[in-house]
Amino acid sequence: MEIRFTLNKKQVTAEVNADSVLIDVLRSLGCKSVKCGCETTNCGLCTVWIDGKSRLSCSVLAAGIDGHEVTTMEGVEEEAAEFGAFLAAEGAEQCGFCSPGFIMNVLAMVRELEDPDMEEIKEYLAGNLCRCTGYMGQLRAIKKYMEKRKSPVIKVREVQG
Amino acid sequence: MLTIGNYVKAKTLEEAYELNQARSSRVMGGMMWMRLGNAKVKTVIDLSGLGLDQIEESDNVIKIGAMCTLRQLEQCEALRELYGDGIAESVRHIVGVQFRNQATVGGSIYGRFGFSDVLTAFLALDTFVELYDGGTIRLSEFVKRKPDKDILLSVIVRKSRRKFRYESIRQTKTDFPVIACSVVTGMVHGKETWYFSVGARPMKAELLEKQWEIPDNASEEVIADYARQAAAEFTYGTNMRGSAGYRQHLAEVLIRREMASILAEGR
Ligand SMILES: Cc1cc2nc3c(=O)[nH]c(=O)nc-3n(C[C@H](O)[C@H](O)[C@H](O)COP(=O)(O)OP(=O)(O)OC[C@H]3O[C@@H](n4cnc5c(N)ncnc54)[C@H](O)[C@@H]3O)c2cc1C
Ligand code: FES
Ligand code: FES
Repeated sequence: MEIRFTLNKKQVTAEVNADSVLIDVLRSLGCKSVKCGCETTNCGLCTVWIDGKSRLSCSVLAAGIDGHEVTTMEGVEEEAAEFGAFLAAEGAEQCGFCSPGFIMNVLAMVRELEDPDMEEIKEYLAGNLCRCTGYMGQLRAIKKYMEKRKSPVIKVREVQG
Repeated sequence: MLTIGNYVKAKTLEEAYELNQARSSRVMGGMMWMRLGNAKVKTVIDLSGLGLDQIEESDNVIKIGAMCTLRQLEQCEALRELYGDGIAESVRHIVGVQFRNQATVGGSIYGRFGFSDVLTAFLALDTFVELYDGGTIRLSEFVKRKPDKDILLSVIVRKSRRKFRYESIRQTKTDFPVIACSVVTGMVHGKETWYFSVGARPMKAELLEKQWEIPDNASEEVIADYARQAAAEFTYGTNMRGSAGYRQHLAEVLIRREMASILAEGR
């Protein structure tokens, strides 16, 4: 069957089977940032936004996406790079495999929650697993990133330096 | 691995119900559970175009459409106003925000899963389920039924002045609960009534009703004794997450804390 949907603000069509899952369709359309970690809805690596909400693309039937709006990291490249710089500055990545899903969910969080405290941040990101780092660097990066969003005069370069 | 032959986005409930009568058809909620199974599904029926994704509040009830997500439950102000943080507490440990943006109330209740936090929470409240063919029945009755080919349309909570508490224990964050308990109390037909629902025993949640008049200033020992009695009326099982004895002990502790918290708040 053919589905039409908006992918990163562009109309696309794709030929899918009734049991195709969204992650495979997105990757076939060139969105290679979307990765599969567990395939069992546990790790958060496959996070994309559907109609603006974070979802797990490993478990979304592609057929159901017809008419909807999907955003992957390719669609928010600048913002992702900006937050990614904070992750790098805090040494928050080791293998980096968890980062695409993590970044997408952090960007969803800053859109949804006004001024989350550390507990709220941890809870929002509980579905993003990282097997390398122990999360401390990521939490530091988020804190600094959010401070920067509050006072946009601080430049990313200064934070890195 | 789950395989699906056809996908149909139902245009009417009648169409969805008719399609679902075939043995190899399945209604889809958020697909989170179904996708992990090995079923060979001939037709999967998507209910997402039927307006079942709203939480509606009227004078007497809160009606939660089957396609509402767990995240909608968590963020529902009407439920928070009536029952405090209990409902949000029952779902906020389930995997993560992305997951809860997708898993549905309908799939959670229809599934009648042993580990279900959602079922444990709603069972202790004055809750009904609305079925396409089977009408509106009490959730406590629905829980005992075997899965059939009906379609769950909504979960209906009757508004009442009741106090509600929910607690669960997990070995690690976002895992299934080792035990889940809700305690509700309020006046029913002029008598103070306590409802206890214990799930993840690991069997599915069951409901216990007691007409206990407990003063707000009851001592810790008295509350502990009531909690012991309530916990002892459920049966428990052993699996990789905990033994039956451990679960009963945890249930006793959680029920005691919940009762104490309700009594401390005053009714
Ligand atoms: C990894 C994982 C961890 C989980 N952890 C927890 C946890 O800690 N606590 C907890 O409470 N739950 C947990 N769950 C269960 C989860 O919260 C949902 O209850 C579950 O996924 C079912 O919801 P769904 O919307 O995904 O339904 P689906 O998987 O789409 O459907 C489940 C079943 O219900 C049927 N169905 C769905 N909607 C309807 C309807 N309206 N009418 C009739 N039949 C219907 C389907 O045909 C299917 O048989 C977990 C699930 C997974 C996959
Ligand atoms: S790959 Fe989707 S949650 Fe792990
Ligand atoms: S950095 Fe390796 S999994 Fe997160």
